[in-house]
Amino acid sequence: MSAESTVTIGLLLPDVLGTYSDAGNATILAQRLRWRGIPAEVRTITARDVPATGCAVYLLGGGEDTAQQFASDWLRRHDQLRRVLETSAVTLAVCAGLQILGRTMTDAGGHHYPGLDLLDITTAPGRRRAVGEVIATCALPGVGSLTGFENHRGVTTLGPGTAPLGRVVTGTGNGTGDGTTTCRNEGVLTDHIIGTYLHGPVLARNPALADHILHKVTGLALPPLQLPDQAALRDTYLRGRFSRCG
Amino acid sequence: MVVRTPGVGPGETSAAGRRRLGWWTRAAVRAGLATAGLSRRLGLGAGSIIGGRVTLALDAHALRRLAAGRHVVLVSGTNGKTTTSHLVAAAVRTAGSVAHNAGGSNMADGAVAALAEAPDAEYAVIEVDELHLAAVAEAVDPTVVVLLNLTRDQLDRATEVGAIASAVGRALARRPDTVVVANADDPMVVSAARPAPRSVWVAAGSSWLGDASSCPRCGRALVFTEPGWECACGLARPTPDWWLEDGKACTADVVLPLDIRLPGQVNRSNAAMALAAACAVGVPAERAVSALREVDVVAGRYAVVRCGSQSLRMLLAKNPAGWAGTLSMLDEARPLLVIINAREADGRDTSWLWDVPFEQLASPHVVASGERAADLGVRLSYAGLEHQTVADPLAALAALPSGEIDVVANYTAFHHFRRRLGRKSNTGVTG
Repeated sequence: MSAESTVTIGLLLPDVLGTYSDAGNATILAQRLRWRGIPAEVRTITARDVPATGCAVYLLGGGEDTAQQFASDWLRRHDQLRRVLETSAVTLAVCAGLQILGRTMTDAGGHHYPGLDLLDITTAPGRRRAVGEVIATCALPGVGSLTGFENHRGVTTLGPGTAPLGRVVTGTGNGTGDGTTTCRNEGVLTDHIIGTYLHGPVLARNPALADHILHKVTGLALPPLQLPDQAALRDTYLRGRFSRCG
Repeated sequence: MVVRTPGVGPGETSAAGRRRLGWWTRAAVRAGLATAGLSRRLGLGAGSIIGGRVTLALDAHALRRLAAGRHVVLVSGTNGKTTTSHLVAAAVRTAGSVAHNAGGSNMADGAVAALAEAPDAEYAVIEVDELHLAAVAEAVDPTVVVLLNLTRDQLDRATEVGAIASAVGRALARRPDTVVVANADDPMVVSAARPAPRSVWVAAGSSWLGDASSCPRCGRALVFTEPGWECACGLARPTPDWWLEDGKACTADVVLPLDIRLPGQVNRSNAAMALAAACAVGVPAERAVSALREVDVVAGRYAVVRCGSQSLRMLLAKNPAGWAGTLSMLDEARPLLVIINAREADGRDTSWLWDVPFEQLASPHVVASGERAADLGVRLSYAGLEHQTVADPLAALAALPSGEIDVVANYTAFHHFRRRLGRKSNTGVTG
């Protein structure tokens, strides 16, 4: 792409999936582009809008159960958007947003309902809620340790051939592994969808993951950014931790 | 409709209920008070939590027994509980003596301690954490429940906002005599208060709808039609009994100027809720309003603290909704010190900082501080704000000029900072 064209970031349903402050991911992507001289725009797409289908990146966040079901129905109704998420755009989906992109979800009452079927994953409620800090080793080269805060009851199982975003070092993440080790997976990674359980927001805690997304979108080699408090922030959450898995 | 509790006058029910306290409850109360006194003498704190816990450990029904025979007002919601409970207590004090958990210990132990410390008070005004409202209401048989707002507070608390609203709704539905004074502008509050048999709706406004734009009952997006809101499922803003107009509190019958000393629109809303609550326990509205005007410092909040050549205005904001109210109180010309912790009482997850529109800050000099100064600093950078980051708040003061400074801190950060300022000045902190 040329440096002049504006990168549009589609923030999907912040009015419905806004419970865990994941909208910050949109601010972070836009600012990291602008600081490098690349124009960027955040387009907020609420439940009342006809969704724009031309965004380069789409973001989905976490929310409560009724909101999640509403968001899932809304996305399935907007077939053009679904096709864009399936074929061309880069998507970052967090928590409830991740679950929605899968094949099916099961709620606390045992009721199954369909997701968008963009990812070969299924989610069912776990025995207890996973609340707390997570550290994971990211499968993407150069990203290193992921830090974030999880708050969910979903146990997500990846279908064969579906790769995780990383391996859990501390915390719960997907709550499932590959069956061969005791290590648990965190999130999902496909060619153009990144799914994770991490809040924080995840891109505030993990700027390398933000730059991975921006590199995919722009095709540009992005020069590193030095934010004054970033190293101290990562140190707050990663200090003294070591990896057993991944 | 302004509901007045019939037959309630100061002194009428007096100490009848309290005289029924059995010897065991009296002993449990004495043990709790003694523990609280010891805790205070040892400098461990106000002692109300440990004292209340001791009483409750000895007598599990202490709360019910201590509340019996009094007119109890419970004040709950995510934001404004402490301030509103102080306003209600000030207004009710014009009618009689009041037991009040003024320090903000807002679980069952804090309520027990407040009641134990004022055994002869005819009234009780109790701030209650929203997670504990259902249980406390069950125990104390309140005359009035004030429900200010329900938004998310601590993201890591296991129960989501909708589940809290449902639990509150079930508890209120079981109380045919309790008057619920509820904010008609907060959809989550309306869904919680609608099952209550008796309600007074106050159009208290809602400064932040980050959690409230989808229907709390069915998850659909709400339709907002100034000043109302509604959902296709039938949940809609009730017709208010009280509303604010040009700084005046109005009902169909009265118009009362609310010229309170506490700053900000959010405190005018709190005052309107307090006024409606005071009227619901039988305080004449004019007398209540005069009392509301006298309140200027609430548990250290809004206090101005001198520290050397600096004059610190102390504000507490602990979540995006609280910040939405606080931003309008800040003086754009003053330097700003923001202190953020993430202890259990604050919520461990700092993500909420990203829902605060720090982009609106116009302060000439901002310092990020507290145990999560780095989280805040990163947020401020992305908001395009130049700032300094100094984790120790007292050291941060040294980085700020002399004169007036606004300080905004979240819960534990606020209290730790006040204590350290008090020790530093050695003259005590006002308020």
